[in-house]
Amino acid sequence: MRRIINRRPGRGGIVFWGALPFLGAAALYAVASALRLAENPNDKLLPPLSAMAAAVTRIAFTPDARTGDYLMWADTVASLHRLGLGLGVATAAALVIGIAMGLIPYVRAGLSPFVAILSMVPPMAVLPVLFIVFGLDELSKVVLIVVGVTPFLIRDLAMRTGELPAEQIVKAQTLGGSTWQIVLRVVLPQMLPRLVDAVRLSLGPAWLFLISAEAIAATEGLGYRIFLVRRYLAMDVILPYVAWITLLAFVSDYLLRLFNARCFPWLKAGKGSA
Amino acid sequence: MSHVSVRGLWKEYPGQVVLERVDLDIPSGEFCALVGPSGCGKTTFLRMLLGQERPTRGAILLDGRPLEAEPGPDRGVVFQRYSVFPHLTVLENVILGREFEGSRFLGRLFGARRKAAEEEAKEILAAVGLGDHLRKYPAELSGGMQQRLAIAQALILKPKILLLDEPFGALDAGTKAQMYELLLRLWSDRKMTVFMVTHDLKEGFTLATRVLAFDKLRVDPTDPGAYGARITYDLLLTGKTAVQERLAASGGHSRETEDRLGTLVANY
Repeated sequence: MRRIINRRPGRGGIVFWGALPFLGAAALYAVASALRLAENPNDKLLPPLSAMAAAVTRIAFTPDARTGDYLMWADTVASLHRLGLGLGVATAAALVIGIAMGLIPYVRAGLSPFVAILSMVPPMAVLPVLFIVFGLDELSKVVLIVVGVTPFLIRDLAMRTGELPAEQIVKAQTLGGSTWQIVLRVVLPQMLPRLVDAVRLSLGPAWLFLISAEAIAATEGLGYRIFLVRRYLAMDVILPYVAWITLLAFVSDYLLRLFNARCFPWLKAGKGSA
Repeated sequence: MSHVSVRGLWKEYPGQVVLERVDLDIPSGEFCALVGPSGCGKTTFLRMLLGQERPTRGAILLDGRPLEAEPGPDRGVVFQRYSVFPHLTVLENVILGREFEGSRFLGRLFGARRKAAEEEAKEILAAVGLGDHLRKYPAELSGGMQQRLAIAQALILKPKILLLDEPFGALDAGTKAQMYELLLRLWSDRKMTVFMVTHDLKEGFTLATRVLAFDKLRVDPTDPGAYGARITYDLLLTGKTAVQERLAASGGHSRETEDRLGTLVANY
């Protein structure tokens, strides 16, 4: 009998073991739902799959009686717009400040204590401030994402830049590179994939901030909708929405990973053969 | 021309003297090996030549002028590791020097100028034996090939001085012998002054025309940092051509160099 640390699942095994928890969770839900519905056919807590499908048809494929919008798509567009804008601004800021902090001692000396403290401010605690300063519409939600995600991205990128071997930077100087040229040709290309990875990690927090802000003050958006229908215990809407948000987050993570693999072939170079 | 002279050089860190009273004159085209026990300041000395660190006192002059206090294109360098850029292919790594030189803002050449730089780089790469690997990334090369690449990359700007910090420390014996040949060939073709730090005494005597041994002359057992190292031996080896000939018949040279080391040390 070989030790369990030496036994590996085959190709089919990986699919099977990976699918098992999903199937288990689905089965558990189906059984629990059926039991509750048998007791009370009007139970709203664990709606059957058919009820959820009906809710999705109503909210995603039938125009809203009042506005004529397809609610789920309107919500999705609004949320993704805020998320994209927030993450975009945060990424751009982190790229500039992070590389400068990692590479230029004076910038590091000037900014790193400030950024270290700033990153400890709980973003949700400043949300009221944002609402007061930027008003209740789009801007404050975007700013919340920026405030919540940027310090992490900056610190991560500054650290990665600092970890570049000093030999590389010296070598670039002996090849006649100016600070700007070194940033452009040596540091930036090596930091972009790291930044993309950091953005992937910050997708979770970004969604958290988005949904929180939408829950408090919004007129549309995925977070707004689930908190609105919560008043009617509309689990048949909330659960598909949660699944949809999860899918969106998963797909964006996957796309970023694909972007790294496509655009930076040197990342994988040598790893396969060695 | 690349005459290096060192005048009354001291290097101190807080609570520790690394080097003291180093005076040296190296004529153009010399191949110097810096040897000595670890922690004796030979790498610190190389870093000061490179401009990565500054002397506490004294000066290093290159052709009579004080050395610039930061690394620059007149001094090429090859480290033991991390000397090449992992995100650039072999060819891109080598033309980078020309790109920095030719394009101030973008650091990138296009069209005919890029073609010219590529042709120049291909020539150098062929000379170091990497002509067939132009499109590969450094991670796809073996350790010896990566060091060849690092040398090729350093040579494109035709530096006056080539600084080598244990460049072959991580290579196996067979690869080392090939690298010795390559390095001597390039050195005699290009008439550079070479400084090489090595912990391998044999390597130093095999390659160099001049061996500089660093060591501490005085040691205070209660305060090891009180005195710094000096150049204890400055051994000028016989004519460079003689050394080259020995190397041309490479393989059988190790015994000879050992013998020579013996006599030279005995003479002192």
